[in-house]
Amino acid sequence: MIEGAAINLSLGGKPILKDVTVGLHPGELLAVCGPNGAGKSTLLSALAGEHALCAASVRYEGTAANKLSTMQLSKRRVVLEQSPTLSAEFTLTELVELGAPIGVAPEEMDALTTPILTMLGLWDMKDRYVSELSGGQRHKAHLARILTQLHGNRQMGHRCHVFLDEPTASLDISQQAVVLKAMQRLTREGVGVLVVLHDLNLAAGFADRVILMREGRVLYSDVPSAVLTEERLTDTYETPILVETASSGQMIIQPRF
Amino acid sequence: MVSVDASHRSFAPGKLVAVYIGLTTLLAVAMFCALTIGPVSLTFAELWAAFTGQGTIATETILMDIRAPRMVLGIMVGGSLAISGACLQGLLRNPLADPGLIGITAGASLAVVFVIVLGAGVIALLPPVLEVAVIPLAAFAGGMAVTFLVLGTARIGGQFSVARLILVGVAITAISGAMIGVMVLMSNDQQLRELTFWTMGSLARSNWSTVVIACVIMVVSSLALLRYRRELDMMQLGERAAFHAGVDVGRVKFQICFLVAVAVGAGVSAAGPIGFVGLVAPHMTRLFIRASHFVVLPVSALVGANILLFADLFVRNAIPPSEIPIGIATSLLGGPFFLWLLLRNRRI
Repeated sequence: MIEGAAINLSLGGKPILKDVTVGLHPGELLAVCGPNGAGKSTLLSALAGEHALCAASVRYEGTAANKLSTMQLSKRRVVLEQSPTLSAEFTLTELVELGAPIGVAPEEMDALTTPILTMLGLWDMKDRYVSELSGGQRHKAHLARILTQLHGNRQMGHRCHVFLDEPTASLDISQQAVVLKAMQRLTREGVGVLVVLHDLNLAAGFADRVILMREGRVLYSDVPSAVLTEERLTDTYETPILVETASSGQMIIQPRF
Repeated sequence: MVSVDASHRSFAPGKLVAVYIGLTTLLAVAMFCALTIGPVSLTFAELWAAFTGQGTIATETILMDIRAPRMVLGIMVGGSLAISGACLQGLLRNPLADPGLIGITAGASLAVVFVIVLGAGVIALLPPVLEVAVIPLAAFAGGMAVTFLVLGTARIGGQFSVARLILVGVAITAISGAMIGVMVLMSNDQQLRELTFWTMGSLARSNWSTVVIACVIMVVSSLALLRYRRELDMMQLGERAAFHAGVDVGRVKFQICFLVAVAVGAGVSAAGPIGFVGLVAPHMTRLFIRASHFVVLPVSALVGANILLFADLFVRNAIPPSEIPIGIATSLLGGPFFLWLLLRNRRI
């Protein structure tokens, strides 16, 4: 379990996170939602152990993040940034293999990466250069890289969790489902997944629990049907929001025009 | 550990082997030419006889005391400059990065110029053994002093800032250039000739005593740099992603910069400042092969060694008995070739 207890973080003199307490449990898909500037990405980076100022407030299975080395942290969580970059001319396979932890033998590499590439629909383009891929394909390629890190860690016996910052922003509607269903499958294997999402419909459809943030604070934390209500969303986003339930039982959330 | 095999999938293994064989063969040709071509041309038979101890004293002296140390120094300086350049370009994710960028070359040159112009009286008082070593030592000390100055000032609040490192390096290069200019104005004719060597570089003063020390330092620091291939690949994802993947970014940046400074300082102490190789050799490598640092670093070293040996052949034989500074040759030979590669390849 990853816990953040009363996280306070100021950057450039401006408070970004204010007394935030949050926990990511094994087997849980936790969606973090909220308006722009709410502190969602900063919360993710704080929980990932990036900020020395608040690392003592974050605990991995009971151990404070500031007591873990960079390598030890990389065994306990994997992170996909909002806008991953790549400066070198790598093929998709090379990029994905970058995620493999030290200790994975070369002969084990294909067995590690092939299921991930296949699941994300990237197998056919594994020999193409990343620079030749579309924006969405590139994003999925980076997702494949961190999943390689995740599965490599798990093969070595490490309990590892996943942090994703807006993983669906550059994907079409079908690929959004592919990615989030893949995350759901991971939760069934006991992996905790924290995902920052702007799309409230995806949060409602895929998350086990939703955190709603505003101005650096967690306002609500509960199952989607309890958090994603018209009243709470309208209050959080300061704009009228309509929440309906389709005949299939699926929640539909949109601004009230 | 992730092996080389797993890290150059963009590169057919057969093609990689061909590149290694091609560059090694070219280097062997360059080495043969370096040993046999010059004011006294030698045949292969004479070369073989000299190496097996059956040559004339004159041939053995030319080979073992003049050409062999010069050739070894050329290979080492070219290789270590290329690895240093490739590491800095990878670390800074900046294709313009060059060992000269962080001020080490300028600092080493300035120290030497100071010694030549202002320390002539002191040098004359030294015993001959120290007299030979004082200028290379000054170059090394100057390079190391700048290294510690740059590394010390590049830290902000305990964090190592690459941007600050480059800016401090640029400032030191500018200050050194101005001070060298002042020294040139103060120097006499003899000193001015000496300064040309230490401001434009040359392999002409190679002798085993300086070459061995410099080469040991260059080999050790270059081999140490090769150990950072995986980290350099990770750095291509950006510093945050590299951190997420387990790279201690601050420590790696500091260690690579330190090793580059040591390698370049040792090179300058023996051969003066030689520009362009550290910039162009990694680029030539990347234009031919788009692959990870597992391949780029060793191949760049071979490319750099080739560039420097062929450049040295050119400067030794272009207008005998005079010798053009090798820095001019590396630019003259490498510049147009680099431009051709760039125009041919539109990926950059």
